[in-house]
Amino acid sequence: MPKAIQKEKKKLEIVKVACKLFAQQGYYNTTIPDIAKELGMSVGNLYNYFKSKEELAKYIMQYSSSLLGEEIKKINEMNISTKEKISLLVRRFIKIAEENPELIDYFLRVFLSNREVFSGGCEGFLCVQEVVTEIMLFLEEGVRKGDLRNQDLFTAFVTVMGPLGGLVFLKGENMLMKTLIEYADELAENIWRALKAG
Amino acid sequence: MKTLLWLQGLTCNGNTQSLLNAENPYIYEIFSKINLLYHPSLSIENNLNEIIDKILDKEIKLDFLIVEGAITKNKNFCKIGNYSISDLVNKLKDKAEYIIAVGNCAVHGNLPAVYRENKDICGLQFKFEEKKGLLPSDFKTKSGYPVINITGCPIHPAWFTQVLMALYYDRKISLDKFNRPKEIFMYLPHDGCTRNEYFEWKTEAEEFGHKEGCLFYNLGCRGPMTHAPCNKILWNRISSKTRAGMPCIGCTEFNFPVRENFFDTKKNMGIPEDIPLGVSKRAYIMISGVAKTLKNERVSKKLEDTE
Repeated sequence: MPKAIQKEKKKLEIVKVACKLFAQQGYYNTTIPDIAKELGMSVGNLYNYFKSKEELAKYIMQYSSSLLGEEIKKINEMNISTKEKISLLVRRFIKIAEENPELIDYFLRVFLSNREVFSGGCEGFLCVQEVVTEIMLFLEEGVRKGDLRNQDLFTAFVTVMGPLGGLVFLKGENMLMKTLIEYADELAENIWRALKAG
Repeated sequence: MKTLLWLQGLTCNGNTQSLLNAENPYIYEIFSKINLLYHPSLSIENNLNEIIDKILDKEIKLDFLIVEGAITKNKNFCKIGNYSISDLVNKLKDKAEYIIAVGNCAVHGNLPAVYRENKDICGLQFKFEEKKGLLPSDFKTKSGYPVINITGCPIHPAWFTQVLMALYYDRKISLDKFNRPKEIFMYLPHDGCTRNEYFEWKTEAEEFGHKEGCLFYNLGCRGPMTHAPCNKILWNRISSKTRAGMPCIGCTEFNFPVRENFFDTKKNMGIPEDIPLGVSKRAYIMISGVAKTLKNERVSKKLEDTE
C-alpha cells in the first residue's frame, strides 16, 4: 500500500478513536496519551499525524463535514423532486449517524459545546463548509424550481438540520422507542411541510 | 477617402449623443479621415436620396454603413423619405464593406422590440438572443464580416471609434457569439471596479451612492455577468456607474429590456439566482462563506476611517 494512503488510513483510525473518547469523556478530559493508549500507538507517533489536540479536534470536524457533504452532493445531483431529495437527505443522515455514531456525538458534545477550541480557523463556515454549501445549494434549487418557499437562508437551514440533529441527540440519550430509520418518513414529511411553497 | 453613412431606425438618439462625446479620436478627427456621407442629426445639405442612388449606381463606394436604432418594416413606426429603415438596410446591405450596428436597439431590438403592437421590430441580425434579425443569420458583408455589433444603451463612443479605426486600418478583429468585438466585450464591468475589495470580502452596500460596499448582493449589480469594459474605458474619462455607487444594469446584454427589478438582486433563500460568470454556484457559496467568516477589518469601516 502506498505510504500516503497508509497515512490517510491511520489518520482515519485516529479520528474514530479520538472522536469517541472526546465525546465520552469531554474534550478537556481527554489527552493525547489517552488517545494513543486506546489506539495502541506511542504518543510520539501520534504527533506524527497531528501536531496538537486542537488540530486533531478541527480535523475531525472537517472530516465529518466532507463525509456528509459528499453524500448530500450526490443527492443534489440527482434528477428527482425536492420532496424526494428531503426524504433521501433524512435517510442518508440517519445512515451516517447509525454507522458513525461517534461523529454525531462529537458534533453535538464537542464541536457545539467547546466553541473556544474551534475559534482559530474553524469558526463559522470554515470547518463545515461542505455540508453548509450543499444544503444551501439544495435550498436554492428548491426555491428556483418553485417547490420551496423563499425565505431567509438561516431559518430554512435550521429547519433542515435542526430536526436531524435533535433526533440523533435523543437517540444518544437512549430516549427513543424505535430505531432511527423508523422515524425517517415522518421527519422528512415534517421538513417538507415546513419548507414547501404555498 | 473611405466613406461612412449613418442611418437611424427606432432610436432615442443616445448613440449619436455618445458619438458627439468621442475623444481620442474626436468626432472631427474621425471625419477628417473618413468622408461622412450622411448622418440624420449632423447633415444639413446632403441629400440622403441622392447619396443612396449614387451608392447603388456605384458612383460612391460605401465603406461603413452604421445603423443606430431598431429595425422595422412598418413605415407607420419609422419612415425615412419614402422608405422604411428595413428598405434602406436591404438596399445597401450588399454595397457596404462593413455594417456596424451601434447600440442595443440596432443589435438586439432592445426596448422597441418589447413593444407589443408591432411585432416585427428586431435588430439587424438578432432579435434579443436569437439570430432572427432583419438580415439572415449567415449574412456577411463584402468584407466577410457579419454585422459587427456594438452593444450598449448607449454605447461608449470609444467602443465605436476603436472598432471603426481598427477596420479603417484594415486590422482584423475577432468577434464573440453575438458578433461583438472581443477586444471591447471580453471585459466585464467587474474588471477594474473600485469595489472589488468589497466583493472579495462580501461586504455589501445597502444604499446607492456610497463609496463603500459591493453593489452585487443587494442592489442588483450585473457587473460580474455583463460584457462591457466600463471600468477599463471610463465614461467621460473619469467614472463609471459602479464607481459612482450605482449598480451596473447590464445594458450591453440581449436581455437588458426584459429583465425586471434592476436595483434588486434576485435571491433564493439568500443566494443570488445569477452568479458571477465562470463560477459554479457551489464554488460561489463556498468562497462567499469563507470570506464572510474570515472578515477583513478594512472593508468593515468607512474609507475615511481606515488606516
